[in-house]
Formats: sequence, C-alpha cells, structure tokens
Amino acid sequence: MYRIVSRRMLTPVICMQEVEAPRLAASAQPGQFLIVRAEEKGERIPLTICDYDRDNGTVTIVTQIVGASSRIIASKMPGDFFMDVVGPLGQPSEFVNVPVGELAGRRYVFIAGGLGTAPVYPQARYLHQAGASVDIILGARNAELVIMEDQMRAVCDNLFICTDDGSKGEKGLVTGILKNLLDLGEHYDQAVAIGPMIMMKFVTLTAREYGLPLFVSLNTLMVDGTGMCGACRVTVGGKTRFACVEGPEFDAYQVDFDEAMRRQTMYKPQEAEADHKCKIGLH
Amino acid sequence: MANKIPRVPVREQDPKVRAHNFSEVCYGYDDAEAALEASRCLNCKNPRCVQGCPVNVKIPAFISHIVSGDIGGAARVISEDSSLPAICGRVCPQETQCEGQCILGVKGEPVAIGKLERYVADWSRKNDVRFSDKAPSNGRKVAVVGSGPSGLACATDLARLGYDVTVFEVLHKAGGVLQYGIPEFRLPKDEVVASEIENVKALGVRIETDVVVGRTVTVDALLGDEKFDAVFIGSGAGLPKFMGIPGENLNGVFSANEFLTRNNLMKAYDSEYDTPIYVGRRVAVVGGGNVAMDAARTALRLGAEVSVVYRRTEKELPARAEEVHHAREEGIEFRMLTNPVEVLSDEKGWVRGLRCIRMELGEPDASGRRKPVPVHGSEFDLEADVVIMSLGTSPNPLIAHTTSGLDVDRHGCIVADESGMTSKPFVYAGGDAVTGAATVILAMGAGRKAAAAIHEKLSDK
Repeated sequence: MYRIVSRRMLTPVICMQEVEAPRLAASAQPGQFLIVRAEEKGERIPLTICDYDRDNGTVTIVTQIVGASSRIIASKMPGDFFMDVVGPLGQPSEFVNVPVGELAGRRYVFIAGGLGTAPVYPQARYLHQAGASVDIILGARNAELVIMEDQMRAVCDNLFICTDDGSKGEKGLVTGILKNLLDLGEHYDQAVAIGPMIMMKFVTLTAREYGLPLFVSLNTLMVDGTGMCGACRVTVGGKTRFACVEGPEFDAYQVDFDEAMRRQTMYKPQEAEADHKCKIGLH
Repeated sequence: MANKIPRVPVREQDPKVRAHNFSEVCYGYDDAEAALEASRCLNCKNPRCVQGCPVNVKIPAFISHIVSGDIGGAARVISEDSSLPAICGRVCPQETQCEGQCILGVKGEPVAIGKLERYVADWSRKNDVRFSDKAPSNGRKVAVVGSGPSGLACATDLARLGYDVTVFEVLHKAGGVLQYGIPEFRLPKDEVVASEIENVKALGVRIETDVVVGRTVTVDALLGDEKFDAVFIGSGAGLPKFMGIPGENLNGVFSANEFLTRNNLMKAYDSEYDTPIYVGRRVAVVGGGNVAMDAARTALRLGAEVSVVYRRTEKELPARAEEVHHAREEGIEFRMLTNPVEVLSDEKGWVRGLRCIRMELGEPDASGRRKPVPVHGSEFDLEADVVIMSLGTSPNPLIAHTTSGLDVDRHGCIVADESGMTSKPFVYAGGDAVTGAATVILAMGAGRKAAAAIHEKLSDK
C-alpha cells in the first residue's frame, strides 16, 4: 500500500499527487514511468513520473481525468492509499548515460503536449542543472489544460506556450512554434517530444524538414509493464519493439505512428461503455 | 491382488457446463476414492516413480499413509520434498514423470499419483495442517528474485534451514506463473495458490511485491547496500515470442501471456474488475503447449469459438495429455499440420483472418521430432477476429543487463550449473530464467537445488 502525501488539482480535470514509494523514489530517472493500481479491482495504469524526491521517499504523478480508472486515481486524497505503485519502468532518457560534464552547453528543445508536460519536467530539470540550455514548447487544447507553467519556467531558458483556441499563450500548435524557432535560425542538438501520439507524429514531420534529431516517448497500452505481455509492441525501424522495456523513448524517425495510434484504440469500444459494464469485447 | 482394481476415475465438471464457467474442472478424489486408488500402489522396493519426480517426493511412502488412513502422515511425507503439493498435484505432467514410470502402467493404468497428491494437499488445507517447523535463525539473509515456483521452493527450503528470506516480486500478487499464467479452472487462485503461498509465509518468508529487480533495485545493490549474503534469481521466462509474419501487430493479435494475464491476474472475466479483455467471435490460438491450451480454453469460456493451430501432429503436441483431452471435450477444434503465414487485416487494421499453409512431416530435426515442412501451394484462409500467439518466450534481459559479472548464453538465458550456481559469486539462478520456458515442477526442483547449494556455500563462509 502506498500512501498519498499530498494532492492538488492543477486544473479542474488534472490532478497532481505525491505518493510515498521510497524504493521507487530512490531509483527513478528522467524518462522512466511507473504503474499504479489504485484499488483491488482496478486496472494497472501506466503513468509518467513527474518528479521524485529521494530524501522524502516520494514520487509525484499527474493524472488527467478521462475515464473510470483515472477518476479513481484522482479521487484519492492525502492519507488515502494506492494498492500498488511499481517502477521505475522503461529505459532512462538517453542523456542520463552521458557524463554530466558533457551536457553543459548542449541545446535541447522539448515539445510537450497537454499531460506530456509532466514527464518533460524531470528531464528539463536534469539538463538545466547539468548546464545544458533548455527551451520548452508547451501546447494544450485550451488554458484549462496548461499545467506546471511556473515549475517549467524555473528549469528552462525559454518557455513558449500555445493553445489550440488561443485561451493562453499563442493561438496555434506546437509545430508552428517549433517551425518559427527553427526558421529564425535556432539550432538544437536534440529535441524531445512527449504528448498525444498524433502530436508526436506531426512534430516528427516538422522536425524532419530541418534534420533535427528527435526522441519521442510512446504511451502505449500495457498490462504488466515489464516485458511479459507484449501489449505495448510498436514497430520501430521495421522491427517490433516492446515500449515498456526497450522504450518508452525511441528515435522518432523510426516509429510507425499510424500503427501505434491504431493499437491505442484496441479497447476503446469497451472503455466507451462508461464504467466498464461489459468488458468482454465481442466487437 | 491390489493391482486388479482399475484406476479410480476422477470426477469432473460436465464439459458442456464448464465450457461456460471458470470453476475448477476436476473435483478431485473424495476419501473413499482416494483410499481405493491408494490401495492400487504396489509399494515397490525400488520405486521408479520417485526417480521420475523432479523433486523426488517419496511417493510409495505417502501413498501407504493414505492406505492406513493417516492423511496427516501422508502430508508430512510430501512436505519433506515439495512445498507446493496442491499445485503440483494439479499441474505437473505426471504422465511423463512419476506416473510415466509406474510399474502398473506397463500393462495397465499407472497409479493416479497426481490426484492422490492433490487429495492429500487439499485435505491439509481444509484441516489447517501446516508444517512450519524450522531451524533456529542463523542470522544470514538471502534475497529471492521472483515468487513463482522456483522462488517459492528456494525460499521455503532456506527458511526451514534458518535463513532470513525476502522474496521480491514484480507484480502485485505473489505466485508468478501460478498467478498470471495458469487459469482459475485449472488452478484456483484464492483457494489453492493463495493458501500455498500462506504456507511459505508461515515459515517467516517475507514477500515484497511491486519490486522490479533490475530497476527498483539491482542484484548488485541487494548484495551491497542491502547486505544480503546470497541472491537466487527465479525471474521466469520473460518476453513473448511472435512469429515474424505480416500482420502480427494488427488489432486483435495478442500474446498468450497478455491474454492470460488480463484474465488470470487482472480477473477480466469477472465483471467486478476493471481490466478489459477482447475476445472476438472466432479465436485462432497458434501453438500446442500448455499455455496454448490455457489460452484456448479461456477464450472458449469467454464465449468464442476456438481453433488451435499447430504445425506438427497431435502426437507431438507438447501440452499435458489431460489438457488436450479436456480441451477437446469442451469443443476446441484442433487444426494439426497447419502453420500461419499471415494475419489478415480488415480495412481498419483489425484481424479478419489467418492465412495458413498445410504442413507435412519430413526428416527428424535436432530435437529428434520429424520436422514439419510446408506443402507448396496449400495456403488457405481461416476466419478469425482474434489471434493468440502462444509460441514460448525469450528471457527478459533486465536482470542480466543490470547485474555485473552475470553470464548469459546466446539465447539470453542465465548460465547456471546443476546446483544453480552462476558466474557471479553468491548469485544463484533457476527455473525458466535458466532453462527457457519449462514446467512448474522443474522450476521447483531447480529452486530446491539452489537452496541446498546456497546453504552449503554460506555454511562454509
């Protein structure tokens, strides 16, 4: 059982919780994720690690309420418990393996979409502390889905915000801002995009025009998250890879996004049935 | 003569009824049936059955206790060699082990050793009989990675010898394949698995769930900062294999691991649980092992019509004879000498069928079995909206990659000798992580051998 230490609604639909998980907090690295099973009869839900506090033995997760399971997770108050929190899972970001001294002076740009902001935070902080230059493009549908603005500002050199409807920051898409920066002659050594699959696909198309090296973090379906089930398989460079153990970050130019998006819809008909009245799909 | 009595049949749920539920197929013997079946044992001086058992349970000895009505005594005899008898009695391939060696089997039917073992173990559970005597604490700590059959067996033996044992399990429930892999209708979870695990805990073994060894903590850290004197790795089989044919990533293609984990560990068959499972109307299961049978019979119970597609003949099916027999009784269709060449897609990227080719048996291959070869031009399409691949697994590289000095072979299996000793001092391994996918009882045997080796090593220290 894992106790919730604090809880804050970042927006009416996005919840941030700090959870006691000492072993996980001690071992988490930027780029990795965890799995929460909130209640005995609940699903195992993969979530990104937004923050970890090694001294206090806590990890921070951010959940957007989109269905039954995320609603249950977000409903847990300080003092309540999750049945299970397991991780860290997946490979750390590539730069974690680079000697810290070599990161100083490198230029990174992060493209975060909606809830994808949460996993960008520990990556940007790590690089910022290592002396790298970090720009962040943060996009969301509307102002209500823009999160962690102040925290992000504190770990980067430049923060650009855009929303689809213009209710916060620039009106437009993250690809537009990225294109502008690159057209203005900004040079980045590495870009990282984390957000909805469709956003990552379009960021990839934009970045390709400029030859910008790009990693994407794939939020595929998973059950165990340890390589055992293969629900997370994605085609990368023509080969089947398991996002949970070989990812979640991959070279964007090798990823078959259309297949990945289709595979994400595997249980959509069942999820649409409000609280899973019938889960045994007969299509 | 005792051996004139025919083998006592075991009562089972009606196939037509059980095809629609997840309750256990086999009811097991009652007292009278067990006593009668036990009376068939010749109590051989040179019991071949004991040699046939990977953990050498003293079979004639426990059976003679049943004959004399001392079921508790029978349970004590079994407990000296097996920590999971209620499980082994249900899932061991007895026909190739103990019962395969039984002298009665030469001319007639062997003693139903598995069913008798199960009877004794179920009696112990119902009567709360537990054997938790152990040596006083010797102050040494051993970490066990994985709470499947090999880990539980290793932990049990070490705890009995006085070790302080902690088992690390990656999933949220202990049991490994007993929990996620083998279905409820073959191995009831709450009644049987949970209770066997309670027996292990009663010896003082701690089980820490939600720990990914290789990520949450490394083997090196267990031996270092966490001050364990030795580590046993029983992390299991790992990543599901796929065929590498076109269409395997279509929506509706699953590994048997995924399908079974959703149903068994996550209890998707129970509408009270949130995890979804997709069954479709017509399921094709590819493979012929126990896991394939489990997946096929699970899909059937969830309402689908099911075919098993296997490239060799019935004779080569690696599954236990009883599972194949049960599957047939329940209405699973077997398509032998058939091999998939492509998963067919509808216009939206979902499975609509499986293109197969007919096979014939050619010359014997390295395994001694005749190698199936495709019959040119014999392709045909099988209608299916779900395909479940049950082709075995390859080792999970996580522990090997994060443990310094631990050798693996070219397949990625951890290299260990007969006693479980690896290339890294104080690190032992056994079960599927060493052998590749095998059986519960072989894994248990490996766990017990490693426990003995760890004891010898640490006693010298």
